Amino acid sequence: MNFFLNNDILLGDKLLEIIYMVMGLVAIGTGIYNFADKSNKNSLGSGVFWTTMGLVIGFGRWIPSMITGIIILVMTLPAILGRVTKGKSHTATKEYMKKAADNIGLKIFIPALSIGGVAIIVALTTKLGALVGVGIGVVLSIIILMILSKDNKPKVFFYDAVDMLGTIGPLSMLPMLLASLGAVFTAAGVGEVISSGVSRVIPAGNLTLGIIIYAIGMVLFTMIMGNAFAAITVMTVGIGGPFVLAYGADPALVGMVALTCGFSGTLMTPMAANFNVVPVAILDMKDKYGVIKNQMVIALFMLVVQVIYMIIFS
Amino acid sequence: MDSNVLSLIGLLIVIVGFALKLDSILIVVVAMIATALASGMGFTAMLDILGSSFVANRGMAIFIIIMLVTGTLERNGLKESSVRMIQKVKKVNASGIVSIYGVFRTVFAAFNVSFGGVAGFVSPIVYPMMDGTTESQGFEKNDTYSEELKGMAAAMENITWFFGQNLFIGGAGALLVQSTLASLGYDVTLVRLMIVEIPIALIALVAACVYFHFKNKRLIKQYFQQEKEVK
Repeated sequence: MNFFLNNDILLGDKLLEIIYMVMGLVAIGTGIYNFADKSNKNSLGSGVFWTTMGLVIGFGRWIPSMITGIIILVMTLPAILGRVTKGKSHTATKEYMKKAADNIGLKIFIPALSIGGVAIIVALTTKLGALVGVGIGVVLSIIILMILSKDNKPKVFFYDAVDMLGTIGPLSMLPMLLASLGAVFTAAGVGEVISSGVSRVIPAGNLTLGIIIYAIGMVLFTMIMGNAFAAITVMTVGIGGPFVLAYGADPALVGMVALTCGFSGTLMTPMAANFNVVPVAILDMKDKYGVIKNQMVIALFMLVVQVIYMIIFS
Repeated sequence: MDSNVLSLIGLLIVIVGFALKLDSILIVVVAMIATALASGMGFTAMLDILGSSFVANRGMAIFIIIMLVTGTLERNGLKESSVRMIQKVKKVNASGIVSIYGVFRTVFAAFNVSFGGVAGFVSPIVYPMMDGTTESQGFEKNDTYSEELKGMAAAMENITWFFGQNLFIGGAGALLVQSTLASLGYDVTLVRLMIVEIPIALIALVAACVYFHFKNKRLIKQYFQQEKEVK
């Protein structure tokens, strides 16, 4: 409670903490729902996963970090064992959605766009921060949806959220785990080892060369791993930091564009199965590389554009 | 801590693990533990870093609060209304339809609104609309041409989603970049991260539209015009 009463702490930070608590409670609620859900064949594993995650997200500030580390390891266990699934879905029928579209029509775009819209307005005009803006946008969106249809009761929002979380599943945690892996790598000195190795090959001090290697490295790593999020952590600690940012390049521009250089790699690799292989099956295509072939030119063009962009503006 | 070549073990595990398509969460956990032990950092120190870093990065779980409305938006006909909006478009060729979808997808990606990807939107709506233009232009259906249209539709989905998703100010990619930079001692705001991506997203969108326009033109010439001349 001291945290919320302390006048030295910014309002934005307090609001953000409240948003984390709401997120935590939604996740814990999802966990409890899953514990009780008899239609979910892994109700125990799913319950443990969402409950522990909610605990860490909602109340992590007040738990000693070593204990949090243990709770996170517990959280990953059912995920690794494939014991996080969802039970019977409660999504609305096609007929219901059609009728809703008849009634509400294009007005549905008002609550849909309000999250992103409010986030950007709050981020640009206040000191509260973008994530608090997202939170406010969600509240606004809920209110508008309740006005648009009497069927949208608080219960409906919660059950729909449980359903959506069940659908996206444990992989939604991957960016957070990768960020933590990056922190472990940095603390273990992985960056220094890579950069001392790389510095034997590339002359230090050449920013342009550093940018090119960082960008192409992102593409190659992403093509091998199939995941730009995994590549950005490793490449930034090893190459981006010591060979580009250390020479005074703009960290926001270089870091962000490096990630999308990785996306150029994602467009060109069958390792990114969800994007390049699964659609082939869904669309029943004859050529199993039919999606990648259509992306190749754009991916290579964008790589060149992004490298030039980083060299000119960093 | 000393620069220790053994600490690269985690890196190796990540690369090999992802390449072999092992469980992603397992790979990260094993890589973390292996790095901690090999570098001499120790297990408890790793737990400490894991805990504090995860809590510091809770912002990446912002999708949880967004989920409170995502499902209900769909329940209230978001997808149906989008279909109706796109179907108002008439009298354009296949590349025109795919370009309109690209613009639509990029704009909505900036607001974190998704319509279901290839399975939910491209396959049931965008591709059939593109395919329908063949006959409305007076050509006979051609399977090879249809295959090319499928490829273009899925490619436009991927290109616009990849480069467009960073226009949303609380997107996972930007948050990951922000935290990676923070671990190296650089503090950047989410607004800056979004702004630097605007030109990249626009160039990707325009490039894809132009490319598919010329590709479609060439394909029509190749598959249909010649046929007409022969007749």
